[in-house]
Amino acid sequence: MIIQTIMFYVLAVGTVGAGVMVIASRNPVHSVLFLILAFFNSAGLFVMMGAEFLAMILIIVYVGAVAVLFLFVVMMLDINFAELRAGFLQYLPIGGVIGIILLAELVMVFASGAIEIEVPTNVASPTPPPDEVTNTQALGDVLYTRYAYLFQGAGFILLIAMVGAIVLTHRRRTDVRRQRIADQVARDPKAAVRLTDIEPGAEGTWKSD
Amino acid sequence: MENSQLLVFFLSSIGKILIIVHLLLIGVMAMIWAERRVSGWMQDRLGPNRVGFQGILQPIADGLKFLFKEDLIPDHVDKPLYVLAPAMLLVPAMVTIAVVPFGSSITILGNEIPLQIADINIGILYVLAVTSLGVYGVVLGAWASNNKYSLLGGLRSSAQMISYELTLGLAIIGVLMLTSSLSLREIAMAQGSYPWHWNFLIHFPAFLAFTTAMFAETNRLPFDLAEAEQELVAGYHTEYSSMKFAMFFMAEYMNMIVGSTVVVTLFLGGWHFFGLENIGGPVWSGLISFGIFFVKTAIFLFVFIWVRWTLPRFRYDQLMNLGWKFLLPVALTSIVVTGTLWIMTNSRLIVGIGNVVSAFIVVSIVAGLLVMKTPKPAIQDSDENSHQPLSTQ
Repeated sequence: MIIQTIMFYVLAVGTVGAGVMVIASRNPVHSVLFLILAFFNSAGLFVMMGAEFLAMILIIVYVGAVAVLFLFVVMMLDINFAELRAGFLQYLPIGGVIGIILLAELVMVFASGAIEIEVPTNVASPTPPPDEVTNTQALGDVLYTRYAYLFQGAGFILLIAMVGAIVLTHRRRTDVRRQRIADQVARDPKAAVRLTDIEPGAEGTWKSD
Repeated sequence: MENSQLLVFFLSSIGKILIIVHLLLIGVMAMIWAERRVSGWMQDRLGPNRVGFQGILQPIADGLKFLFKEDLIPDHVDKPLYVLAPAMLLVPAMVTIAVVPFGSSITILGNEIPLQIADINIGILYVLAVTSLGVYGVVLGAWASNNKYSLLGGLRSSAQMISYELTLGLAIIGVLMLTSSLSLREIAMAQGSYPWHWNFLIHFPAFLAFTTAMFAETNRLPFDLAEAEQELVAGYHTEYSSMKFAMFFMAEYMNMIVGSTVVVTLFLGGWHFFGLENIGGPVWSGLISFGIFFVKTAIFLFVFIWVRWTLPRFRYDQLMNLGWKFLLPVALTSIVVTGTLWIMTNSRLIVGIGNVVSAFIVVSIVAGLLVMKTPKPAIQDSDENSHQPLSTQ
């Protein structure tokens, strides 16, 4: 048990610290890396709670795909970091106000006793207890039976979003020159190369097309 | 758990970790030697044969040379990330092996010790999660080097890894459906002793898709656009020297070895081979099963080398076409077909046949569409003689 407590604090401090560094670090690429560290520590917290399926999915989806795309974009940004930081303090008032509102809301929720720290054991759970089945199985059991329509609905919404994104970005542009491989492959010496004898000093023997 | 059991667990785990990590490192050296000798054999030349018997100590000589080289850190790099990147590539490659079962089990003094470092119930998800981290080593090394060729290599690599990771994940779902478990040990056990029970026959298209995607994930030759030396100097590791470069190099081979063990576990029956794994007592059967697994992995690694020295590198558009238009549809179809046929008939034979037929149909449709969409060349072949060599007039 003592090991678990230590691990919890290590992971929790890691998550919060990495989260702070995401905002505080001067370089956007470093920010993304701290974000990845935060994801990792959260995955560790999930494992500690016995939700290993969610932990792995968190890493596969967020670390393996989403953060790579972030990094992909951020790496190609050409920005002056000093310039980026210059206007940083001007957001302090509005950021502070939002922070205080969130803090007040959290305090109100906790103070009203709406959230209990200990999970009540007598609440009917849709899944069997974790020591009977693995949580992959438990999730699958409810996801594909009780929540099958919601699951399908979520799938459709994602599909529509994906199709929309592709339609919006996949337009044919006429103002760029594209590489046309078929043309390059079909090119033969007769059409591409012409041999001419140029007489020294004479003009007009060579004409460009 | 009782105290004695706990002690056995600890001791056996430490022993297994030590053995497997060292086998992995020795395997990397053996692979470097094997690659150079096999490529020499395939190209009708000798390859390194001077250091030790048949040049088998060549990797050690190379490693020593790397250690004694100057460890250069250029001025223009982002130093923490530059140093971190090789480790970010090497560590994921190594920790994947933790969930791979490399044999059945050995019974010593009445304690059964499974030949696997950690049998976790989400084994295959762990493999996918950890392999998806490998891309960071490449991308960070590329970005931290502050070099345009490195960056281009890193961008290519990240685009490639994201594209092929999808196939990697989807291709195994058919296997998981029929095994109804995510544990690699249970997947290996569910495949029987004989080759016709193994998953690669039941899920043949998925097996091909998975293997191809794994080649892409290891950044090896048909897919090594990230380090295409004719275009990008050396790609993402252009600025690296000494042991840091060696770590990139080792990570590539380690990825190959670990990838092969995963393929052997998922598709090629794990440690099973014609009932050979059951011969002998509680100790010998475990060792024999480990030997079978080892040989299967070695054969698959030979295929890796074979492919590298046979196929030329893909063009970028071919890479994306292959990933998104062929492998991904094949993997998706295999999920639908496997699920439907398994529910309808409950027969592995029919699932296997259905998978192959449906994959064939999908590939023909995609190929047909691609041929129809290919723009006709603007320049037409004028006549037969057009391909004759030029002659000066």
